[in-house]
Order: sequence, then structure tokens, then C-alpha cells
Amino acid sequence: MISEQASESIKRKFSLSRSLRENPITQGLFLISPANIYLFIFIVLPLILVAGLSFLSRGTYGQVEFRFDITNYTRLFDPLYGKILLFSLGVGLGTTVICLVVGYPLAYFLAHAPAKQRSLLLFLILLPFWTNFIIRIFAWMIILRSGGVLDSLLQWLHITQAPLNLLYSPTAVMIGMVYEYLPFVVLPLYTSLEKIENSLLEAASDLGAPPWKAFLRVTLPLSVPGMIAGTILTFIPSMGMFVVPDILGGAKTILIGNVIRNQFLTARDWPFGSAASMILMLLTMIFTLYYTRKAGFGEELLV
Amino acid sequence: MSEKKSSIWLRIYSVLVYGYIYAPILILIVFSFNTQKLNIRWEGFTFHWYDVLFKDGQVLLATRNTVIIAIISTVVATIIGTMAALAMQRYRFPFYNTSETLMYIPIVIPEVVMGISLLVFFVMIKFTLGITTIILSHIAFNVPFVTLVVRARLHGYDKAIDEASMDLGANEITTFRRVTLPTIMPGVLSGAMLALTLSLDDYVITYFTAGPGSTTLPLRVYSMVRFIVTPEINALSTIWVAIIFIILVIGQIAQSKRA
Amino acid sequence: MKKIRMLCILILAISMILTACDGAKKSTTLNLYAWSDYVPQQLLDDFYTKYGITVNYDTYESNEEMLAKLQAGASGYDVIIPSDYTVAIMIKQNMLETLDMSQITNFGNLDTRFTNRDYDPGNKYSIPYQWGTSALVYDKTLVPSEPKSWADLWDPAYKGRLVMLDDERELMGMALQVLGFDKNSTNTIELNQAEAKLVEIKPNILTFDSSTPENTIINGEAWAGLVYNGNASLAYQSDPNVVYICPTEGCTIWFDNLAIPKGAPHKDAAELFMNWVLDPQQSVLITMEFPYSNPNKAALDYLKANDPTTYDSYMAFSGTNPPVTFLANATPIKDVGDATTLYDNLWTDFKSR
Repeated sequence: MISEQASESIKRKFSLSRSLRENPITQGLFLISPANIYLFIFIVLPLILVAGLSFLSRGTYGQVEFRFDITNYTRLFDPLYGKILLFSLGVGLGTTVICLVVGYPLAYFLAHAPAKQRSLLLFLILLPFWTNFIIRIFAWMIILRSGGVLDSLLQWLHITQAPLNLLYSPTAVMIGMVYEYLPFVVLPLYTSLEKIENSLLEAASDLGAPPWKAFLRVTLPLSVPGMIAGTILTFIPSMGMFVVPDILGGAKTILIGNVIRNQFLTARDWPFGSAASMILMLLTMIFTLYYTRKAGFGEELLV
Repeated sequence: MSEKKSSIWLRIYSVLVYGYIYAPILILIVFSFNTQKLNIRWEGFTFHWYDVLFKDGQVLLATRNTVIIAIISTVVATIIGTMAALAMQRYRFPFYNTSETLMYIPIVIPEVVMGISLLVFFVMIKFTLGITTIILSHIAFNVPFVTLVVRARLHGYDKAIDEASMDLGANEITTFRRVTLPTIMPGVLSGAMLALTLSLDDYVITYFTAGPGSTTLPLRVYSMVRFIVTPEINALSTIWVAIIFIILVIGQIAQSKRA
Repeated sequence: MKKIRMLCILILAISMILTACDGAKKSTTLNLYAWSDYVPQQLLDDFYTKYGITVNYDTYESNEEMLAKLQAGASGYDVIIPSDYTVAIMIKQNMLETLDMSQITNFGNLDTRFTNRDYDPGNKYSIPYQWGTSALVYDKTLVPSEPKSWADLWDPAYKGRLVMLDDERELMGMALQVLGFDKNSTNTIELNQAEAKLVEIKPNILTFDSSTPENTIINGEAWAGLVYNGNASLAYQSDPNVVYICPTEGCTIWFDNLAIPKGAPHKDAAELFMNWVLDPQQSVLITMEFPYSNPNKAALDYLKANDPTTYDSYMAFSGTNPPVTFLANATPIKDVGDATTLYDNLWTDFKSR
């Protein structure tokens, strides 16, 4: 005979597992919980600490003192930081636009390539990014420096006579930035373009449209989700990226990423650095949420 | 998409772009055989730097750490991320929007902030810094990327297949194992690949959460280039690229044989 | 798909092999946290051979980074190598262990010019490791005329031809000295003037580089600049036209020291290590590998006796062996406490121009 207690616990077990099997809400919660719990512990809690830090003060020797201080935030209203923010936005925008322009034809080519070759071609784009980031940038130094590989090549081909002095210039920085973010644009674009039905283009040409018009009116609009995804993946990170401007640009400029890093590692003013980070995070979150509400969550993000 | 031959201009253009992508890699490989120490100009051919590399205990230790961290964090993040993607793409549950926002946070935080916050966090809960803290941190930033990628794959997934499977008598678990999972596997693997890449190359967050003896390859390389950029680093990159290339070629051959 | 699976299997296999190869080195360890490429591997290997203690060598890129991490509470390190002003800060914040000098008998090997300095009177917490300077370097065949002062570098002839350390204290210090002020000034007016002065020289600066500025000199891209003595020495090794001087306004002298952070798990091993580093034969290894200046008198004597060629090159170049005239004008950088915020603001503004 099953005891009263035993049958109760069996009933409870059954109802939980039944609930898991039949109730979609329970299923959903079960699936999302590991991520939610993990991210809460390792992202949210640490960030709350940072938020708390942003209201404290810097001690004489760089230690954190428990004095409430709102000046960390008010300091950010100094036009200097507005100028830096605008400059960073400009760098991010420039990188994104050039990446889109350079990457679009490549994505188009990939989407049209024979199906068997496509994944190989894609992997070939990713392969260089399995080397170390810093090393890649240093390799560009070898190429771009005065009298370096590029100069030697161009002079040998008699295209130029004197060194181009590319290294430490804004051009070098752009070359490096576009280099780093190109795959983030090409892959989503490729995914978008690949999905476009051939029949649509055939229909357009049947209706008398020349190829360029078919491209403008059919292909381009349909590839917009890919462009949006590529923009998000490029614009936000490139805004905060400072390693490329520091190494290829000679560290002659200052971006928000530099400011934040300096606060934590040079000036050792953690409260101020925390405040700057909070503001930056707020701005990027607003941007991302606005963009994704408008265009889906960026479904063309990756293959 | 159609497979008609692309115009000659498009092909030339694409070759040029690939050239752009591979230029630094080729330079790295070529200069790894350079006799000159300083990586500025070519001087002569030698295997010397490969020899130095294999004797460099710190680099070998760093490589070992990097690989362990990458594999563990990728596996865990992929599992958690795939579950989350399934949840978000197929179900509606309370706090859905909060969960979605939570997913985005690691993508938009500056890495320095994430690194510092984790450092402070671990110190406050008195968790010793080391390989474990690095792994925990890597999982944290990998989960959102995996989720995003798998969601993209799930987006076009037709639930009717699952329902058909269940109509035919399979329960949820079997359906998942034999129908859903294989279909979304390309997305899951892409997510895993992305997570692996992010983990292997991570510098900032690892810097803050590393402890004594848990240095990784990006950390080691970064400090090597600070003093002097010797071709030993080029040798390391060349080998790294060569290994991956060989694996890809093997995979490609295996796949075409299968077909 | 299959290739990805194979990739995973291969990576897993490799990592398992590497883990197995690690062997059972579970004996005592020492956790060293220092500048990268600053401690010769041979020295660490010899230490292991003699005492059976394995050294884990983790690295940082600047004093501030190390300080930031330790201030945040990171622990587990036994030996660190902070510079003079960092030692001063750490002493004030009670972040260092006092040294048991009875364990460090080789202390007497040090040149007394470098012991008992004002940042750590009596060497209660630190032992000098290496020292050096940051000053003016130039290539005498490239410059329009040989510069004698920092002010000379403001000449428009140097447009795009200077390389400078990416260091706010060094550059602000240089500008302050050019204006006749103290390089560790905390006076707001003086600091603002210094920044304005720096903005004037910005067009002349090709690149800010604290890691490998010598490359731009060797390559001829830059003609002159403000660098560490180590960089100057490396440039000199490749190009004998390189000259390294302390300008009339002054330059910087710095001292790096071995110290033990509070709460170090292997304090005894740490002191043993410090003593080991002071051994002349070991100390010489540092000089052979890295072109800084060695405060260990016994080591230099040992070098003179055993490798006169290296000794002579060490003595001949102002990067490794600055003459008295050089040192007369060299002053250390000191922490500026609360003025750090002002320095940082001005530096950020300077970089944004």
C-alpha cells in the first residue's frame, strides 16, 4: 500500500514534470533560467557594483573612498567629453559606412558563388581572425610603415617615387578599422542576400527591368536587414575601439574607450571611470534597443 | 540565390578584397622566417624563431591555458545559449523583455568595465583569481552571442515538423534530440564557433580576471609585443593559422568524400 | 558540419595532450608579477635548479595597471617590481610587507647610491632591481642640428619627426621643465601653461609610443624624441648614429624595485628570490639580456672580469651608463596625489586637439 505521504510526493513530481511537458510558460522559463541566472550573477551584480562605484570618490592615492560624490557625472558635461564622444561617433560611423561599401560587393559575390564553395569562401574570410588581434595590427605596421612592404611594392611597380608615410596617419587607422570589422558586415549581408529568391529577380527582368534597376528595387531593399545587423555589430564596438587608433594612428587621438581605460588604469579614478562607463552603456543600450525594435532583433546576424 | 556566373569585375574585386584580408597574414608568415630581430625589414631566411618558440615555456603554458578556457567556456555557453534561444524564439513567458535586455548587456558594455566589474565582484566574494574566474567570465560574454546566432537560425524554423514528430508518437525529449537539434545544429555550431573565436582572442576581460599562473596567449602575446616584436610571435601565428587551415582542408575533403 | 566536429575533436585532443605534458610540477612555487621581458628566463631556471621552486611569471604593462589590480584586491602574487613613486604610494597605503633583511644577505652587493632613497628610507620594503632614465634621443645624421634642450624640439623643422612616450607625466614634466617649473608641480596655473606648451609641439609628434619607440628611430621615420634608456640602447645597437642625452632643462631618473605585496602566500620564497637576484652571476644575466642600468656593483665587477667586451659597451653608452653630467640633471617623478585628476584632464584635452 502506498502511504499518504508517498502518494502526495508522487503526485507533486508528476505535476511538475507534466507542467514542464504541457505548460509552455513553464517550458519557456525552464529554458531561459540558466542564462538568466548566470547573467544575473556575473553581469548584473558586478554592474551594480560599478554603478555604486560611480557615486563614490577617488582618494589621494587612487583608492576608492566611501564619500558620496555626484561630480563624477557632472564632470562628464564638460565640453571636452562631448567633443570626444562626437569624435568617437564619427570614427564609428566612418568605419561602418566604409565597411558597408567595401563589403557589399563581396557579400554579393559570395551569395552568387557555387553552393559548394560558399562555406569554404566564408571560412576563408574568418580564418585570419583566428590569429591574435594585436599581431594582425602589428603586421599592418610592417606593411604600412615608411619604406615598408607597401612602399617597396609601389616603388618597384613605379607607381610612386617617394615613401607614402601612411603609418600614423588617419588613413592607416581607417585601413585597420575596416580590416577588423569587415567580416561583421560581410556575414550578415551575405545571409540576407543569400535568402533572396532567384524567382524575384527573374520576374523583374521578365517585366522589363534592366539589371541595375532590378538591383536597386529588389535586391537592395531586401538586403536591408543584413545591413542593419552589420551596422549594429560594427558601429557600437568600433566606437569604443582604441587599440587600432593607438597603434596604427600613433596614439595621437583620444576616444571614449581611451578615456575609460585611462580612468581605470592610469589616473586610477575608478569612480569617474565607472560614471563614464554607465553613461556610455546607457547610450549604446538606447541605440541598440531602438534599432532592434525597428528591424527585428537583427536576425541576419550570422550564418 | 542564383548561381549564375558573376561578372568579371565582381570577381576581380573579390580577389582584391581577399588580398586585403590576407595581406597581414602573409606578412606574418613571411617575416617569421626573417633573420632580423625587429620585424621592420626583411634580412634573411631562418628557422631560428620556431626553435625559440618551442623552447618558450611561458608561451606553451599560455597556449595550454587558452585552449582549456576556450573549450570549456564554449561548451557551457553553447548549452546555456541554445536553451535561451529556444526559449526566446518559441515561448512567451513573464519578464520576456527583461530577459532579452539582459542578453544585450554584455554586448554593449565596454570590455574594460566588464573586466573591472568582474574583478571587483570576485574579490568581494573572496573567489581566488585564476583559470576558473577566467572561464566564468568568458561564459558570461559568450552566452549572448550564442543566443543571438541560434535565434537567427531558429527564426525560419517551422514548428510543424516538431508537431508531426510528436503526432507520430515521440515525446518532447526524443523530438528535441532527433528532430529539432539536428535541424538547428548549423546555427548551434556557428554560435559555438563564434564563442570559441571570442574566447581565444580575448584580452581585456581575461586581463582583469586572471590570477597568478593563469596567463593566456593573448595576454602573453600582448606583453611580448610591448618590449620588442620579435619574429617568435610571427612563428606562433603561422603555426596557429597552419593548424586551423589543415583542419579545414581535412574537413573539406571529408565532406566531399561523404557526398 | 563534419569539419566543425572534427575541429572540435582535434582541439580537445590537443588540449588533453598538453595537459598531460604538464607533468607533476606540484612543488613549491613563487608568483612573480612584473614588467614583461624584464626578468631573464635563465635566472628563473637557475633559481629552480638551485631551490626547486618554480616561478610563475605574470606580467603587467605599467605601474598603474599593477597598482590598480592590487588595489582592487587581486592577490596571490609574491614578488612585484614597482617603480620608485609606486613604492611610495604602496607604503603609504600599507600594501607592502616589511622585508626580513637577514634573508637577503646579498644586499651589500648594491651600489650605495641606489639604496636608502627617499621613497623607501632604510629599504624596509623594497630592494633596487634595475634603474634607468628617460631622456632625449636623436639620430645625429637626420636632425637639422644636434638638439641640446627640450625646447629645441619645438622647432617646426621637426614637424612629424618626433617620437614620444605615451606618458602624461613624462610629457607634462618635459613641458613644465621647458617653462622653468618643477616637473612634479601641482600648481594649476603652471599645469595649464604646460598643457598649452604641449599643444604647440603636437604637430611635430609623429607617434606616441611607450612600447617600441626605437623602431621609428631605427627606421628613420622619427629623428628624435623622448624615450626610455632601454629604447635608446636598443636603437643604438642597430644604429651607431644614435645619441642619448639629458637636455639642459632636465630629464627623468627612475628606479625599479623588488617588493612583496601584503599577504603574499610565499613570503619566504620571495625573500629567497630577492637574494638570488642580487647574486652577481644572476644579476649579470639581466644586464646581458636587457639594456637597462644595473644598481648591483658586485655584478658589474663580475661582468668586467668575465666579459670585458660587454662591460665596455655597457660603460660606453649613456643609455646604460649615464655620465655624471647626465645624472646631475636627472630627477625622479613623484606621485602628485589629488592633482592626478588635473593631470589626467589636461592630458585628455591635449590628446583631443
